[in-house]
Amino acid sequence: MVHIDFNKLRFLVVDDNLHMRRILRTLLHGFGARDVVEAEDGASGLELFGQNNPDIIFLDWEMPLFDGLELIQMIRQPGASSNPFVPIIMLTGHTERTRVTTARDAGITEFLAKPISAKGLYQRVFSVVAHPRPFIRTARYFGPERRRTANAKYAGPERRRGGAADTIGQIGLIEKAKTVA
Amino acid sequence: MSQDRNDRATVATYPDHEVIVPPNRLQKAVTVAKPTGFDPVARAEEALGNLAGEFADWMDRECTKLDEARQLVKAEGFMEETRDALFRCAHDIKGEAATFGFPLVAPPADSLCRLIEHTPDIAQIPLGLVDQHVDAIRAIVRENARADIEEVAWNLTRRLREVTDEFLRYENRDRPEILKIVMSPSLVPGGRAD
Repeated sequence: MVHIDFNKLRFLVVDDNLHMRRILRTLLHGFGARDVVEAEDGASGLELFGQNNPDIIFLDWEMPLFDGLELIQMIRQPGASSNPFVPIIMLTGHTERTRVTTARDAGITEFLAKPISAKGLYQRVFSVVAHPRPFIRTARYFGPERRRTANAKYAGPERRRGGAADTIGQIGLIEKAKTVA
Repeated sequence: MSQDRNDRATVATYPDHEVIVPPNRLQKAVTVAKPTGFDPVARAEEALGNLAGEFADWMDRECTKLDEARQLVKAEGFMEETRDALFRCAHDIKGEAATFGFPLVAPPADSLCRLIEHTPDIAQIPLGLVDQHVDAIRAIVRENARADIEEVAWNLTRRLREVTDEFLRYENRDRPEILKIVMSPSLVPGGRAD
């Protein structure tokens, strides 16, 4: 059985709402996490990201100073950010499809609409830890592979040139772990 | 394709894009072991349950913040700063209400968010309609223990949503792309279909 040791991970929670930060911290501690750093706005989040080098970031969208999308753009800066590949899980009250697409195109790793549940939160963390996705860099995008699965029946236009590169994937840790076990 | 050590990114370069497999820092947290009976989700839910005694107080505080943001709008008018503050308060309530045990509050909070977000000229947002939303949210929280609260809340929310949609349809009559978003069904938990 694959097990995630939350106490080996460092989390950064960026949310301007005190109550939501407390709920997240409580759930993460319940999972077994011990190292949870909190920021109450985008500016503090960026500062703590640089100082603490978190393994996973939980990010709210609507915040004062600069918002979640702006923070993602600053983090997903190869060469300028300490870890542009860090998994970012966006937690937001936005539920419209256009918002999900916008967040995906900004470079989030996972999206979780509020109200959050322990199960939903655990699944998102499990996904980023056990099923890491490769990153794609194009002229207009830098972030996790947005294609979760290869669709053999896809008949639309190919936006990327390069054929085989489109299907390169990273072996999930679950699969790796099973081969070792 | 360049093949580097495990702690460095592997990069495949193609005509218009690169595929990068970053170093996997999270591998340290994965172990394979026999089932121990430990259920992290159940333990987290239990921990959250221990907080539940505070939720009603938290909901009251969120309502107070919303009321203060509303009063600021009425005192200073709808400007970017006052609008954003009011929107964030309503948006927080929309996202938290169900967690706090007040799921009936999420739909009117969502309706207020839509009103603020999709009105192209913020000066045109009717303060009376803002008042009705804020008062409805506070009333539903205050009367949450009533036996008929679900029916009352639903009727309030439905009427608020109807008036808001009518207003937004008019204000966005020349913006078909926004109209499409405005008229799409709400996915907010706590709502119910006709």
